[in-house]
Amino acid sequence: MAYLDNAATTPMYPEAVAAMTNLLAQPGNPSSLHASGRRARRLVEESREKVAKALGSRSAEVVFTAGGTEANNIAVKGIAWDQRKKEPQRTRIIAGSTEHHAILDPVEWLVESEGFSVTWVKSDTYGLITPDALREAIGPDSSDVAVITIMLANNEVGTVNDIIALTAVAREHGIRFHTDAVQAPAWLELNFSDLGVCAMTVSAHKVGGPHGIGALVISRDCHVTPLIHGGGQERDVRSGTLDTPAIVSFATALEISKARRTETVARVRIMRDDLVRRVQEIAPEAIYNGSIESRLVNNAHFTFPGCLGDSLLMLLDAQGVECSVGSACNAGVPQPSHVLLAMGADRDAARSTLRFTLGHSTTQADVDALIVALPSAIERAKRAGMPTLTSAPVRV
Amino acid sequence: MKVLAALSGGVDSAVAAARAVDAGHDVTAVHLALSRNPQSHRTGARGCCTIEDSNDAFRAADMLGAPFYVWDLSSEFQEKVIEDFISEYAAGRTPNPCLRCNESIKFEAVLDRAMALGFDAVCTGHYAQIFSGPNGPELHRAIDPLKDQSYVLGVLTEEQIAHSMFPLGDSTKVEVRAEADRRGILVAAKPDSHDICFIPDGDTAGWLSRQIESVPGEVIDVETGNKVGTHAGAHAFTVGQRRGLALGNPTGDGERRYVVDVDVKNNLVMVGPPVLLDIDVIEAIKPRWAGPLPSNGQSIHVQIRAHGDALPATVHFGEDLITIQLEEHLRGLAAGQAAVMYDGTRVIGSATVSRSRRSATV
Repeated sequence: MAYLDNAATTPMYPEAVAAMTNLLAQPGNPSSLHASGRRARRLVEESREKVAKALGSRSAEVVFTAGGTEANNIAVKGIAWDQRKKEPQRTRIIAGSTEHHAILDPVEWLVESEGFSVTWVKSDTYGLITPDALREAIGPDSSDVAVITIMLANNEVGTVNDIIALTAVAREHGIRFHTDAVQAPAWLELNFSDLGVCAMTVSAHKVGGPHGIGALVISRDCHVTPLIHGGGQERDVRSGTLDTPAIVSFATALEISKARRTETVARVRIMRDDLVRRVQEIAPEAIYNGSIESRLVNNAHFTFPGCLGDSLLMLLDAQGVECSVGSACNAGVPQPSHVLLAMGADRDAARSTLRFTLGHSTTQADVDALIVALPSAIERAKRAGMPTLTSAPVRV
Repeated sequence: MKVLAALSGGVDSAVAAARAVDAGHDVTAVHLALSRNPQSHRTGARGCCTIEDSNDAFRAADMLGAPFYVWDLSSEFQEKVIEDFISEYAAGRTPNPCLRCNESIKFEAVLDRAMALGFDAVCTGHYAQIFSGPNGPELHRAIDPLKDQSYVLGVLTEEQIAHSMFPLGDSTKVEVRAEADRRGILVAAKPDSHDICFIPDGDTAGWLSRQIESVPGEVIDVETGNKVGTHAGAHAFTVGQRRGLALGNPTGDGERRYVVDVDVKNNLVMVGPPVLLDIDVIEAIKPRWAGPLPSNGQSIHVQIRAHGDALPATVHFGEDLITIQLEEHLRGLAAGQAAVMYDGTRVIGSATVSRSRRSATV
């Protein structure tokens, strides 16, 4: 089996598995006052320090959550509510048009249910959000803006935004800035204090850690209205008993990922570039989406004209090659990619995509397996064609 | 064979796929997403295509060890089944959407895609049998008369039948449920789905009234030409219907009035005594043949409803239409219904009723 879907989730490092399993049978609630509780608390705080060190933040700025989606929800809703509470005219959210659904959906919920409005920041044709596009979205009057949220690296096409340049624009207006950095830590050196953001989302299972654990790195002066009440364990930002084994495993994975990053990046870059070159040899008509220069080193994302992405996925899956169409699913049905649409692609192109994402465990044999399986998959998917998208139902 | 099994999330398609696996086929499962806005849960026995159904299909595929995918056919379903259903009703005809779905979705869009992707056949949980005959594959009735679905498969062509598998045709529903239970298929006790899947509350007239603009008009007695009442919209009426007419003044003979014709062009609902509903000649268009064409004047049986009787008749070929001469009168046949022709248990083909009449009036 060739696993080329590391942007969805990455195999855990054996050290992270060991760190977690060693603790699962041990009692100890970090909030308890006895010896077992203190031991768990110590493990959590040591892990917090490791996570902070890996991400260039202070340990007090790390708030553990049950993953990236929760961290994004806390940031977007929590900052928007807090800002509006302090200054009632702040009812506008500015968000990138290429964000993950873990940002899009909370933003849309705030608009539909909480009386906020949204301005989507336009993407260029490479999936890049530029400072000029952000300025245009902010407009002449920024006094109504509650929060800006723009992702660090795109999960579909791998485009990496220049967050430092973007936060400089936000700073001119004194607006809070959150970034969803879930796809980034395995591949990029992140320094929270240099980025200029007030909050940043990370997730363990994208860096070789376990599912169900992540963090919102949030500066001390960035206040949020909490979503979950009941104990206030994490700085009153987030309540709920801390998952000590998962937190320790997360910190272990992040530490290993950082320590081996230079080597992993160099190795993965060679394989990714080889994959791109050979896919383009097989399918010269394939469009390589996203930025060439400003891109995650593990991402290769293509449009295969005339082939439905889910046909290709199914055919490759049958040959043991696992990848993704890249876009979100609705009840198991891949939807036309909103990222590609935001980049200016038409709806057919946005349904004809495949994303190959490499990881720390990827080998050259995985890439070779894809290259063997791809030609017949393309040929058959082309024969199966593109079902037409009809317009909305018409009233007779 | 490489077989694509369509799993609805119900008992029948799960057992059909399990039998295909047992027969040694390489089975891949798909669930067809037919609704643009699926509801999360089923309510009772009505409707289909909820996310819960999709999850049930996924679990059934897991038990079979078959890879599972969801295919989005909601656009095709909207265009070829739902919009066809609406426009047929708007034109005063009474369509059967299950036939349209089999004709253009399950055994066209899905089958074509499956063949292109390298599959040899599509397997479904329909109750019908395929036998190999002297002239190629033959579609036959299922052995369980209560479940026989050959009528809604009557639109399949020989080529489509050649690439279809119906593993349940030789079993009764009771046997299939017991087998599902034995196999540990979790949906064994799930109720059968009924009615029209995209009208989950079963209120077809109410649903149509939201799709088709209702213009009130007159109800006319065909025998006298007199106006005998009003209606809220002609499309809500079907030939043979009596309920909902609300005719205030019974006719002189005291006989009940039935809808005998729907004139959409003039927005009139024509009513008359039941004797006017008796017909013995069916004119039908758009034939689809399951094998070799019958000979002119051949004795056949014809079925005009999903669970109707097979009526003895002869078939005659005209220039643009097929004429089916029934041996006995039939009461109440609407244009748009499908006439499926049988030779014994074998499906010969089907055609869409365009007109029906009494031979005496020729």
